[in-house]
Amino acid sequence: MTRSRSHTHETGVALPALLWVPAGFAFALIALPVVGLAVRADWLRLPELLLSTSALDALRLSLETAAISTTLCILLGGPLATVLARGRLGGLRLLRSVVLLPLVLPPVVGGLALLFLLGRTGLLGRGIDVWFGVTIPFTTAAVVLAQTFVALPFLVVSMEGALRTAGQRYEAVAATLGASPSYAFRRVTVPLVLPGLASGAVLAFARCLGEFGATIAFAGSLQGTTRTLPLLVYLERESDVDAAVALSLLLVVVAVVVIAVARPRGVEGLR
Amino acid sequence: MKVRALIAGALLLTAGCASAPPATSQPDPRTVTVFAAASLKDTFTELGKRFETDHPGVTVTFNFAGSSDLAQQIVNGAPADVFAAASDATMKTVTDASLTTAAPTIFATNVLQIATVPGNPKGIAAFADLAKPGLKVVVCAPQVPCGAAAEKIEKATGVTLTPVSEEPDVKSTLGKVASGDADAGLVYVTDVAAAKDTVQGVPFPDAAQATTNYPIAVVKNAPQAELAASFQQLVTGEDGKKVLGAAGFGTT
Repeated sequence: MTRSRSHTHETGVALPALLWVPAGFAFALIALPVVGLAVRADWLRLPELLLSTSALDALRLSLETAAISTTLCILLGGPLATVLARGRLGGLRLLRSVVLLPLVLPPVVGGLALLFLLGRTGLLGRGIDVWFGVTIPFTTAAVVLAQTFVALPFLVVSMEGALRTAGQRYEAVAATLGASPSYAFRRVTVPLVLPGLASGAVLAFARCLGEFGATIAFAGSLQGTTRTLPLLVYLERESDVDAAVALSLLLVVVAVVVIAVARPRGVEGLR
Repeated sequence: MKVRALIAGALLLTAGCASAPPATSQPDPRTVTVFAAASLKDTFTELGKRFETDHPGVTVTFNFAGSSDLAQQIVNGAPADVFAAASDATMKTVTDASLTTAAPTIFATNVLQIATVPGNPKGIAAFADLAKPGLKVVVCAPQVPCGAAAEKIEKATGVTLTPVSEEPDVKSTLGKVASGDADAGLVYVTDVAAAKDTVQGVPFPDAAQATTNYPIAVVKNAPQAELAASFQQLVTGEDGKKVLGAAGFGTT
């Protein structure tokens, strides 16, 4: 608290009053729909709706798959971000545009693309089926693949930004002191970009949690195996709007918890 | 002067354009808005064109979507003239809110059919074949009409399916079969007809155990109530029956 206050005193630049109006509208646009959801909810039936086996299965599956996908994002996206930020290679710019594709594509297109690559008749999927007798669609692995696909850019962009801001001076010093590239990466680079990595991981986890389009197109929807919370919400609103609203509120709560837990180190860590 | 000449010219032009029909009490172009279930897209588009030919100056605009979404929209005040649903339950959402002018009319029925990949390599010939181990079957979730129908047939036949996925709508069920990722799926006979060569249909007698009704009604306080009633007549009349029948719907 005291630190942040002294920080304000240091800068001491007043905001133009006009900024408050659009800022207020922006906040209302985000916050008010959630209020609408809360008002529409049938609070008496809420416990019963949230404790149904289908809801608990979906919550468990959502948290598990989002955790696995985020781990994959860190293990694969971290190195990719490092290569993009520091690599000396022709065509890196093109590579970066490709990495950003899932951000721009509608998720359902991503799901179809995954299906045409890894589906039973897909480019690679056909071989995987014939040689290993394994099919990927309709499995939890397909959910994880879909989530990792859509969430990877969030981690890469966040971490690449952190790497660029940090620069390479410390690594250069480490090298003059005799550190090998891998030692310098582990002991200098990684600790430096940890806040960026953390904020990227939070964003990726949140994106995984909300994933819908790619999952339904690639993985299908079956309770306990592929039906995550967003898929259950979409399904329930067909027959029981109260259940859909209750599950939506559950997603809001999970999202708020994720933000609250990550806030100090993650989202604000980049400052 | 110039302005007056321009206006006169414009009036002449519009008069020339509208010269085809005899002067009616409502000369301005009118639009009738039809909310219809997604499965009616092809047939209703065709009927809409016919309606526009029969009623010069009238435009038919469609809102094709899942019936329950449409029902929710109408209950929340969407400006619809006609509502055609793919199940009695979704129409009930609207009638329960007293938002139709009269009791809905059933204008078509639909039954399920097994869709297999072209050539039917797994040799599926009957509903019971879908329960064979090792077969990847997709169905609609019980929350949506096609899934409710599938569940009803399971109960009636005593055959329990273990699907690899319960899809949120009939088109995604069909899509999983068409892409070859599932061996078979339960969809409507009209979906198989519309999918042409991408899937193969296998009819089964037990499908009659779960017939889906398609009700239609004029929405209360419809902006174009008169036109809405004539559109409903077109759908329930001989022309409508012909078009719907050709697409695989039951019309009796």
